[in-house]
Amino acid sequence: MTAKQKKLLIRVIAAGISLLILYLLPIKDRPLLRFLLFLIPYLTVGYDILRKAFKGIINRQVFDECFLMAIATLGAMALGEYSEGVAVMWFYQIGELFQSYAVGKSRKNISQLMDIRPDYANIEEEGKLVRVDPDDVEVGSIILIEPGEKVPIDGVIEKGRSSLDVSALTGESLPVDVSEGMEVMSGSINLSGLLRVRTSKEFEESTASKILDLVENAGSRKSRSEKFISKFARVYTPFVCFGALVVALLFPLFRLLILKADPMWGEYIYRALTFLVISCPCAIVVSIPLSFFGGIGGAGNQGILIKGSNYMEILAGVKTVVFDKTGTITRGNFEVSGVHHSPIEEERLIEYAALAELHSSHPISLSLRRAYGKEPDKNRISDVKELPGKGLIAVVDKKEIAVGNIGLMHSMNIQCEECHSIGTIVYVAIDKEYMGHIVISDEMKPHAREAVRELKKAGVTNLVMLTGDLQRVADEISKDLGIDRVYGGLLPEDKVTRLEDIISEKVGKVAFVGDGINDAPVLSRADIGFAMGALGSDAAIEAADVVLMDDDPMKISKAIKIGKKCIRIVYENIGFAIGVKAVCLVLGALGIANMWLAIFADVGVMILCVLNAIRCLFVKKL
Amino acid sequence: MKKTYKIEVDCANCANKMEVAAKNTPGVKDANVNFMALKMKVEFEEGADQEEVMKEVLKNCKKVEDDCEIFGI
Repeated sequence: MTAKQKKLLIRVIAAGISLLILYLLPIKDRPLLRFLLFLIPYLTVGYDILRKAFKGIINRQVFDECFLMAIATLGAMALGEYSEGVAVMWFYQIGELFQSYAVGKSRKNISQLMDIRPDYANIEEEGKLVRVDPDDVEVGSIILIEPGEKVPIDGVIEKGRSSLDVSALTGESLPVDVSEGMEVMSGSINLSGLLRVRTSKEFEESTASKILDLVENAGSRKSRSEKFISKFARVYTPFVCFGALVVALLFPLFRLLILKADPMWGEYIYRALTFLVISCPCAIVVSIPLSFFGGIGGAGNQGILIKGSNYMEILAGVKTVVFDKTGTITRGNFEVSGVHHSPIEEERLIEYAALAELHSSHPISLSLRRAYGKEPDKNRISDVKELPGKGLIAVVDKKEIAVGNIGLMHSMNIQCEECHSIGTIVYVAIDKEYMGHIVISDEMKPHAREAVRELKKAGVTNLVMLTGDLQRVADEISKDLGIDRVYGGLLPEDKVTRLEDIISEKVGKVAFVGDGINDAPVLSRADIGFAMGALGSDAAIEAADVVLMDDDPMKISKAIKIGKKCIRIVYENIGFAIGVKAVCLVLGALGIANMWLAIFADVGVMILCVLNAIRCLFVKKL
Repeated sequence: MKKTYKIEVDCANCANKMEVAAKNTPGVKDANVNFMALKMKVEFEEGADQEEVMKEVLKNCKKVEDDCEIFGI
């Protein structure tokens, strides 16, 4: 609690106690004494409201909440309803206190959820460790990170090895092992060893600062519901005040002039005052940004950065998800997935192929070397001859090894069996004799299948995959995953046109998921663009609307579910608050609702809406 | 030219009122108040004196909500 809140709490408690005592005192038949005594709790709890109301009049703010609250309570006192007048003020202040506490608490909660802001950096000065403000550390300085400390600034490890807890950044709970030469991201926590890191960015530009900036500024992009509510608030208060005027003046005049009955001024003024109690739109106004704030913060904690409340709304309406294959569904690193028709042992075949390709930097040769797994002995290789577009021929262990595509085999007149597997096929011949082929294919991500299933469960009806890969490869993968439609063989610019075609089909909102490399135009063209595993890539973070900090495809459906939950809560609050207030206004006009019900419509609804809004924060199990 | 200021305000509706008040201040092209982050983002008109404009913004905000503050003007 802040000092301000504590002060208000003490005032509320003091007023509550004195109110209770006044109820017990035998002062029923002494009106003046009763009035004066009731002023004590009234002024204790409401003096600042009266002061603000007075300032409101000076500034000609007729529809100021404090002003209206002051009229309502003073009016009730004037009508002799002392206890109600005081109670309205008392409950109003309890509501204010609760709201301020809840908002402050969730502000704090979010910054705890996103507990990645480093407070200091260690640098070495004349052999001593000195703590400095990370803002003051220049690019290229050496910082030291001890076990248990947060990495303050992005950089590269100069010395030391350790494991890092990156869960606050990516939501991934397994620690990551790091050693010399590897990059570390600010916001991760050093778990075991001392690290010397050469910074590669300024603090402001480092990952942790960027993420916090993103989350904190997300509220600036306002959603449709927020805009609606702030417009609604602007007309609601004048409308209710006008209604109060009608009830206070026109109703009695109608009775007096038309019905020739007793005008009952007191009764109708009391009814009008109940209107003023409900005139404050605060309940709805506070709960909407609170819901979005909670949703965005909770998502951030799960490694999903949503750049604005408006994107929450779009997320909730996503019915079409378009994937870019590489980097989202598949890993984008090619692995040996099979060896076919080999009369010798598979390991031997891979060994020969890897050795022959040793000096090539082609991705295929990298995969072969990874599959071989041992340090290749350079002395075993000689006479390497590259045949562009076909492959190469080299002498390994005095045997002539030919490694390449089917064109190489044909050009050397070697009989071989054509392969129909998905992926890149590497044919191997030893001393001009066909020895089988190696299949290298892009590895599917572990959760890809579940991710597609979860998306369908989350209400996505239209799944599309775009890829620059061969149609044949794309078809196979999509069949495996259960994706409805596939477009293969696309150039980057074709992807935009395809996406535009898909958007024109108008199946809900269209999300595009890419790895953030080369797909910025597509990301920005979609209704909502997801960049995956994009941490560290500034361009992708810039272009995307939702940034998934790790590369787990399950996060896509999670983001959609968070959006849905958040929007559902927002609508619940809007409907509930406006509904209750409308009902209370009608009942108040008819004289059925008294001031107590009006207090509930104001303070009770606000408390319920705020509590409901706080549910947005809990998204872990979605 | 855009600038972000830290603000202090207690209720969400007051934050909305501040946003409108800031938007209607001469020299301000657009303004955005983020109640949850307690930040006001102001986009100034070209050639406007930021300090002078912000003084006016604060004055206008104080009119609609007495209990508010803008820091770092």
